Amino acid sequence: MNNNKNSTLSVSQRLQSILAKNWAILFTLIIILIFSFTGKRFFQLANFQNILHLSTIYLLLTASETFVIITGGIDLSVGFVMGLSSVLSAKIIELLHAANFPPALSISIGSIVALIVCIIPGLINGVLITKYKVPPFIATLGMMGIANGMALIISEGFPVAYLPRVLPNIGNSYLIYILPGKAISFFSKPKGIAGEEIKELIRIIPNSLIFISIIIFILWHILKNTKFGQHTYAIGGSMDAAVRAGINTNKHLIIIYVLSSFLAGLAGVFYVFQTGIGIYTSFGAMYELLAIAGVVIGGASLMGGKGGIIGSVIGVFLLGVIENGLHLSGVDPFFRYIAVGLILIVAVIIDQSFPDLL
Amino acid sequence: MEYLLEVKNLTKRFGGLVAVNNVSMGVKEGEVVGLLGDNGAGKSTLIKMVSGVYRPDGGKIFFMGKEVIIDSPMKAISIAIETLYQDLALAENLNAYSNIFLGREKLKKVLKFINVLDNDYMIKESKGVLDRLEIEIPSLRNRISMLSGGQRQAVAISRSIYWNAKLLIMDEPTAALGVTEQKKVLDLIRLLRSQGIGIIVISHQLYDVFSVADRLVIMRRGEKVAERNIKETNPDEIVSLIVGAEKVSEKICPADRD
Amino acid sequence: MSNMVTQRNGIHRFFLQLGSKWAIIFLILGAILFSIISPGFLSFNGIQVILINSPFILLLALAETFVIITGGIDLSVGFVMGFASVVSAKLIALFVVMGMNDLFSIITGIVITLVIGIIPGFVNGVLVARLKVPPFIATFSMLGITHGISELLIKGVVAKNMPVLAGKIGNGSLIYIVPGKTVSFFIKPLIQRGGNLIEILPTVFVIPFIFILIFAFILKRTKFGQHTYAVGGNIDAAIRAGIDVKNHLIKIYMLSSLFATIAGILYVLRYITGKADAGTGFLLDGIVAVVIGGASLYGGIGSVWKTIIGCFIILVLENGLRMLGFPTFYKYILVGIVLIFAVLVDKLFPELIHKED
Repeated sequence: MNNNKNSTLSVSQRLQSILAKNWAILFTLIIILIFSFTGKRFFQLANFQNILHLSTIYLLLTASETFVIITGGIDLSVGFVMGLSSVLSAKIIELLHAANFPPALSISIGSIVALIVCIIPGLINGVLITKYKVPPFIATLGMMGIANGMALIISEGFPVAYLPRVLPNIGNSYLIYILPGKAISFFSKPKGIAGEEIKELIRIIPNSLIFISIIIFILWHILKNTKFGQHTYAIGGSMDAAVRAGINTNKHLIIIYVLSSFLAGLAGVFYVFQTGIGIYTSFGAMYELLAIAGVVIGGASLMGGKGGIIGSVIGVFLLGVIENGLHLSGVDPFFRYIAVGLILIVAVIIDQSFPDLL
Repeated sequence: MEYLLEVKNLTKRFGGLVAVNNVSMGVKEGEVVGLLGDNGAGKSTLIKMVSGVYRPDGGKIFFMGKEVIIDSPMKAISIAIETLYQDLALAENLNAYSNIFLGREKLKKVLKFINVLDNDYMIKESKGVLDRLEIEIPSLRNRISMLSGGQRQAVAISRSIYWNAKLLIMDEPTAALGVTEQKKVLDLIRLLRSQGIGIIVISHQLYDVFSVADRLVIMRRGEKVAERNIKETNPDEIVSLIVGAEKVSEKICPADRD
Repeated sequence: MSNMVTQRNGIHRFFLQLGSKWAIIFLILGAILFSIISPGFLSFNGIQVILINSPFILLLALAETFVIITGGIDLSVGFVMGFASVVSAKLIALFVVMGMNDLFSIITGIVITLVIGIIPGFVNGVLVARLKVPPFIATFSMLGITHGISELLIKGVVAKNMPVLAGKIGNGSLIYIVPGKTVSFFIKPLIQRGGNLIEILPTVFVIPFIFILIFAFILKRTKFGQHTYAVGGNIDAAIRAGIDVKNHLIKIYMLSSLFATIAGILYVLRYITGKADAGTGFLLDGIVAVVIGGASLYGGIGSVWKTIIGCFIILVLENGLRMLGFPTFYKYILVGIVLIFAVLVDKLFPELIHKED
């Protein structure tokens, strides 16, 4: 089918195609350049690490959407499952903490329980979609409402806040702290620092980055190098072909949706670590839509069969850099919404103008 | 006699793939031309350029002696070219008469100035044309997704013959039909021919083609390889022309693009 | 799908008929149930309360009905509604400040907003129809863009200088009856203190309702409606039948934005203020209502009246829960369950009933 193709492409066409395939990275680099000039304190280690740190949640949600979207489905519930998880874990930690359990124990139990519970929405989604043939949009839409409702019930609409202090400390700390010329310490700030000196403290590598890198790497590996990943693409490319090739698509899809809600649950736990509170997800946050945006910017098609973790990661960073850059440039935050919208459209159009020529 | 439809050097590419390569052919009024070829020969693509679904990348189309640019299905329909497509092009969620009148719905006025669908008229007319094919359709109001393959085909055929075409293109008109029904369709084609309508028939059923066609045009891998008067040839020769008597190369024939 | 259409006995068919009408049965039963538990739910006032809160979901659901039938989706309606509320509030206030009389300020403000509000829809339509951007993405982008623009517009104070007349219209009713004395339309008659005044049909309900009547008719009985179904059912067939699919889709998305804009205007009339996020909750409710109403997200199937039933199911649930003292959270769970239930039922009762609905 592709016999005649390559020979009819000129050099410039190929160049265009390469540019198009990698437009997201190029664009990110360009705007980093621009923001370096327009943004105060943008081009600094601390700021870049901040971007990474804040992107953690989105990375998890986007990763989960990546799997789902590659199979040609969609998961609208991720944002709200995350809210449920943050609320649930926080509530449990709060209760145990109040009952005088040692922090380490209460945090562990709270987190683990939340993670386990968050498998359930994915399970239900998966069963509805495979066995009952409910379109993914609807199944996850319904689940979104249910998860949201549960989060609200558990938290009664209020943030869950009486958590051990050590939580946000873990969530927000770095691997290496350097007080130039004076001290180096790992995992926590050097002891005995006086007030002024904190300003000079250099922090390197947020803990969250370490965690997230490990998780992303594992997911990338699964998607790219394992049979499971291969089958995921196959189902997205042609469900029919996958079925006829003997793949147990029902089981596979259920696992995909379970994975998705599990990662969302993980995001919720991360959230608690980062902010020290658990809270339901408000409608305005649009986590799932931003996650989907990240995936699409990264090159996935909503039809399925295309996309990857690396692309999605780039998508998340692009969005993160934009938000951060706009903020530091003193631009009204609401331009961010506009920017995301425009970039998304550009992403899709580029994708369509250059179908896989290389 | 002048050609009703003539295409000269028609070419169509999809990316680097040439689906139709420099094909010229014609149909006269009151003539049935069989367009033959194996899968991937480019037959469907060729007729889709005449029916307005595709725009040619090269070549010209002449209708009734004048050059025409057929840039959309609307244009083709407006110059009285009707097409029956291989995939029937029916809307599954609509019923039989809505499909027959799709795009050309009959309207009536309600309260003097509001235009509303004239369902009664469309049902009556549809019944009339379906009866010509003598295929039973239990209720014209049912969604066609509930009909059998043959009934669906009847609806699609009815649509193509209802609108007084000057040129009728039929891509696999007998594909889903039983023997008796096939015969009725062939009778219908003969009838339309006698009324002066030019007809292009694409079909894999050589027997059917031989029983109605006046001329045959054979395509292979996007090109026209032969043209024959029906009286001057026979099925064996045609088969060998379709398949290619010389050694077949390693290349896999591109699938017919739809 | 099988051809064994009518070989069932009478009782079986009766139950099937019943099953296919589950939505309205559910609605009626739900309403009755709530009125038993909270007397006053179905009282005259109770119904008025439901109606006065209905316009937003009705209009957004109407918008989504058309879009979903074509096989697309419009995620931007919530923020277009907010955008329209901000624009109309600002315009009306502006005209009042400029010295224009109250009524004219309102009317002019509304007209200009209607024109502006169609633009997002036009852009959506062009993106989807001509640039082949998937509707999900195109409308999501538009969501973001209108959100951004709304928030930028709203910097500074909103809703100062809003004429009182606006609130009067927004909170008024179609019919006023002073028993034994007068009946008037749209305008509240003056009454003595302690006098009896009966108000029937909130204005903000009547306006969407008129649109519902008109567009239900259009969808079902005109060429435009027919083509909408065709595009959703098989877009290729529609193209080959000579329908100008691209322009049709653009019109559909413009229509959707129009409804959202009207919703935004009604919001301002009712609450005398404009908010960028005025419509956020209603987007999902609207989509859910359409699906409960039997539409398929793949396109080709749907009906305005069934969507309306879906809207009222959500409204009844919402109001019922509220009257029972449950915090609003439970609504999300219930609606989520009803949604899933709706789809499952639709699968169990494939259209054995004839006719395109």
